[in-house]
Amino acid sequence: FALAPQGLSRRSVSHSFLSFASITGACRAIQKLTRVRVVDNSALGNTPYHRPPKCIHVYNKTGVGKVGDKILLAIKGEKKKALIVGHKMPGPTMTPRFDSNNVVLIEDNGNPIGTRIKTPIPYILRQKEGEFSKVLAIARNFV
Amino acid sequence: RVHSDGKPEKFQPPPKPVIIDKQRQREERRFLSPEFIPPRGRTDPLKFYIERRDMIQRRKVFNIPEFYVGHVLAVTTAEPYASEKASRFVGICIQRGGKGLGATFVLRNVIENQGVEIRYELYNPRIQVIEVLKLEKRLDDNLMYLRDALPEYSTFDTSMKPVSRLDNEEIPVNKLQVQMKPKPWSKRWERPKYNIKGIKFELPEKKMKEAQKWSQPWLEFDMLREYDTSKIEEKIWKEVSEELKK
Repeated sequence: FALAPQGLSRRSVSHSFLSFASITGACRAIQKLTRVRVVDNSALGNTPYHRPPKCIHVYNKTGVGKVGDKILLAIKGEKKKALIVGHKMPGPTMTPRFDSNNVVLIEDNGNPIGTRIKTPIPYILRQKEGEFSKVLAIARNFV
Repeated sequence: RVHSDGKPEKFQPPPKPVIIDKQRQREERRFLSPEFIPPRGRTDPLKFYIERRDMIQRRKVFNIPEFYVGHVLAVTTAEPYASEKASRFVGICIQRGGKGLGATFVLRNVIENQGVEIRYELYNPRIQVIEVLKLEKRLDDNLMYLRDALPEYSTFDTSMKPVSRLDNEEIPVNKLQVQMKPKPWSKRWERPKYNIKGIKFELPEKKMKEAQKWSQPWLEFDMLREYDTSKIEEKIWKEVSEELKK
């Protein structure tokens, strides 16, 4: 991994009245409260709602989700699991970096809710073929 | 041939053939890939020499074409998890970074309304073919602002045909001024530190003037920041071209 998330410290908060520095952590792919974009054609992901879908938990030892990690999403007032298929943060070389944080809605057993994924999916997901075989089966383009 | 009079035509010697010495043309058209030039520092030149030898060895086996930022390239890489074990990606080169064997370039394309960027390493053995599909330089060295530009400027057809290029001197410069999405952008491209000429800024005059507050006009006169690479380039060019000819 290029990053050691525990090693990265938060930016220091200055207590002077003049600087109003933000306290958010450094750019770290997908973590709690990131707004994500659902890319499959499920009804839940595509119906408009006044709040964007947000991540509320990352099923990972570190709280940072990369491609292939499962997260819990809050969409339309419901909790749904999802699989990360691409993020804005640059990863290892020779892997794609997307312009938006992409996510595919998933059931608890790993079955995708939608029936088609038009956006390109990185080839790295094929490594864990066992868990994500059904998601990869509905994907059209690979990058 | 006989004239109408019946007399033979006066002997005209054949026109002198114009000899185009292609090798000399190629020599005049020198291109040294930027990753050969060592960065400024106190490292032993032996390290760069050994790296250059490895780079030349790789170039003998695999042809890395001459390309600049703004060219549209198609890269075929070996993917262990792809169906045909190979994957092709077409995109515009927005940045060339790194020196030596770790030299990288970033290709950007918009596929199905999703912008994708991939950072490829030039000397990675997984790369099988690099084709140049469109030859054109742009006004800037770094096209990172394409992320904040309208997606039509980053879309390139995957089935583009490669442009055949003669060994002539110039690479055309595309003076395209790109239209941007509304602010906020990922970086404040109007600021003079980025020195971008390829954007059509539609910001009010007041904002452009305010951006000039961050200009550092003393930087170009700073003598400690000077790094004259002309002599180094000459030496490295001679070395590299001799090795590649063998």
